[in-house]
Amino acid sequence: MTSLQVWTYVIVGFTFLIYIGVAVWSRAGSTKEFYVAGGGVHPVLNGMATAADWMSAASFLSMAGLISFMGFDGSQYLLGWTGGYVLLALLLAPYLRKFGKFTVPDFIGDRYYSQTARVVAVICALFVSFTYVVGQMKGVGVAFSRFLDVSFGQGVIIGVCIVFFYAVLGGMKGITYTQVVQFCVLIFAFTVPAIFISLQMVNHPIPQIGMGGELADGTSLLDKINQVSIDLGFNQYTSGNKPRIDLFCVTAALMLGTAGLPHVIVRFFTVPKVKDARISAGWALLFIAILYTTAPAVAVFARTNLIETVDNQPYDQVPPWFKSWETTGLLGFEDKNGDGLIQYYNDQNATFVNEVATPRGWKGNELKIDRDIIVMANPEIANLPDWVIALVVAGGLAAALSTAAGLLLVISTSISHDLLKKWLRPNISEKNELRSARIAIAAAVIIAGYAGYRPPDYVAAIVAFAFGLAASSFFPAIILGIFDKRMNMQGAVTGMIVGLVSTAAYIIYFKFGGGVGHPERYLWDISPEGIGTIGMLLNLTVALVVSRLTPPPPVSVQDLVENIRIPKGSGTATAH
Amino acid sequence: MDSNKRYWQINLKYLAILLAIWFIVSYGCGIIFADQLNEYEVGGFPLGFWFAQQGAIYVFVVLIFVYVYLMNRLDKRFGVEED
Repeated sequence: MTSLQVWTYVIVGFTFLIYIGVAVWSRAGSTKEFYVAGGGVHPVLNGMATAADWMSAASFLSMAGLISFMGFDGSQYLLGWTGGYVLLALLLAPYLRKFGKFTVPDFIGDRYYSQTARVVAVICALFVSFTYVVGQMKGVGVAFSRFLDVSFGQGVIIGVCIVFFYAVLGGMKGITYTQVVQFCVLIFAFTVPAIFISLQMVNHPIPQIGMGGELADGTSLLDKINQVSIDLGFNQYTSGNKPRIDLFCVTAALMLGTAGLPHVIVRFFTVPKVKDARISAGWALLFIAILYTTAPAVAVFARTNLIETVDNQPYDQVPPWFKSWETTGLLGFEDKNGDGLIQYYNDQNATFVNEVATPRGWKGNELKIDRDIIVMANPEIANLPDWVIALVVAGGLAAALSTAAGLLLVISTSISHDLLKKWLRPNISEKNELRSARIAIAAAVIIAGYAGYRPPDYVAAIVAFAFGLAASSFFPAIILGIFDKRMNMQGAVTGMIVGLVSTAAYIIYFKFGGGVGHPERYLWDISPEGIGTIGMLLNLTVALVVSRLTPPPPVSVQDLVENIRIPKGSGTATAH
Repeated sequence: MDSNKRYWQINLKYLAILLAIWFIVSYGCGIIFADQLNEYEVGGFPLGFWFAQQGAIYVFVVLIFVYVYLMNRLDKRFGVEED
């Protein structure tokens, strides 16, 4: 066994022991502990747990990679996945906490006094959480395939087994305290390599500042990456290439989606007071921002390093990490012109191909890089010590596991609490409720594992769909439920259906249907990732119009709205 | 005017101001006017690029803590804070 493998087993094994220890120590003893951790979690700890729940395999493994290949256009993920917390803190969290039930469908069902509304909300919640958990499964597969030296498919299967046991073990209470630990692991694992690389490249210990620093030869890092990108036929790194309207819509869809994701919202039911719900969102965003401001720096460092390592280098002299990543299938070299050198460039750029590549005897880009490996391979590319590389593996697993656990809890709660207990079988016993939750988890993990094994796009892109759907269904329904007292059942339900169906149809058409490979058919240049913004606007408009044409909600519901607007008199989250 | 209504209106005013700042730093500086701002360079960063990948996120964090401070003060003023 190599020194790297020993380190990986030691560090990953050690972190797993801690997670299991914490999960066992804080096991849920009642349904209330199972659903909302007893409603007594300290805001700072809740902030950490929320951050771990939030920062998924996509944030940890894929995001820096995506940004590294997209440059400025990658900003949509950075802005989109942080800005939503402002909406959450200001527009949703305090009021939902005051409302004081367990789930988002609870709120929708009570506020819109309708079983239909509740069922629509449950279906949305299941759809959104399920789409999201698929992304986590791919992330788990990437991490395990590297860790255990197995193929990606086997990695997914091992991940499925671990997530399964993990999710069955803990209720919300166990998951919350485990996530606090997982946050510490993942943030340490993400920032330590970034600090090392920043010191190495620009001699500055803070990556956020080092990103704008100067290389040893005195050239600015960002100038250098712009130059290198253009030299290989790519776009200039620091300025965008995407239509601005698309960038705008994708960012908005991610923000609105963040604020509408059931597994994020449920976090604010776990704190004791309305005041705590507000500040929890602040702590969560602060902790999230540590990773989200480091990621763009990692992206710049990694891309510069990667290009320097491979550009026009002889294949038989590549460093060992290159070969080890080739075995996972995430990195591939094909010597198209038979010169034994690696030519990495943008062969989709016709001008560059005609003017530069062809005269040099290049016959196409010879290096296939899966963006997801950027973060995982980065420490190796930068020649960092083995324990740092092992730490990154542990961090990636922490990120994927913590998010998967949170999502699976939402899925099982949706089925056992919202669907069975509150709709199909109100008389179900607690024992049967728990059993149905476990069966739901099992089915979800297996299907998600399979979907993750054959993903339609990159992890972050899959996850982006979940956001589009959350943005177009939940966000407007909840906002209107709080800020528009006149909003009634007819308006909210029609709005949710219109938003969800239009968004889903657009995404399915361009990702699986006749629109695949035809971006010229996009509505106003808006890609499927950004269509949730339009779905949200449709939902909002339809809901407002329909509600004004139909009778106002009952007085008891209007009183409920008055009540949730004022913090005074909040109890802890209650059952019914 | 009913005190709960006043409380709600002041809350809405805070929201409008804070969300305007939220919109300007992210969509304004980071997306719509990014190209124009990229003409200026600060700390080695083109300014629009900096807003999109760093600056806006810092402002987001500050906005939430400012909101919490304002609302806690408002709750006390109207006597609607929790026990």
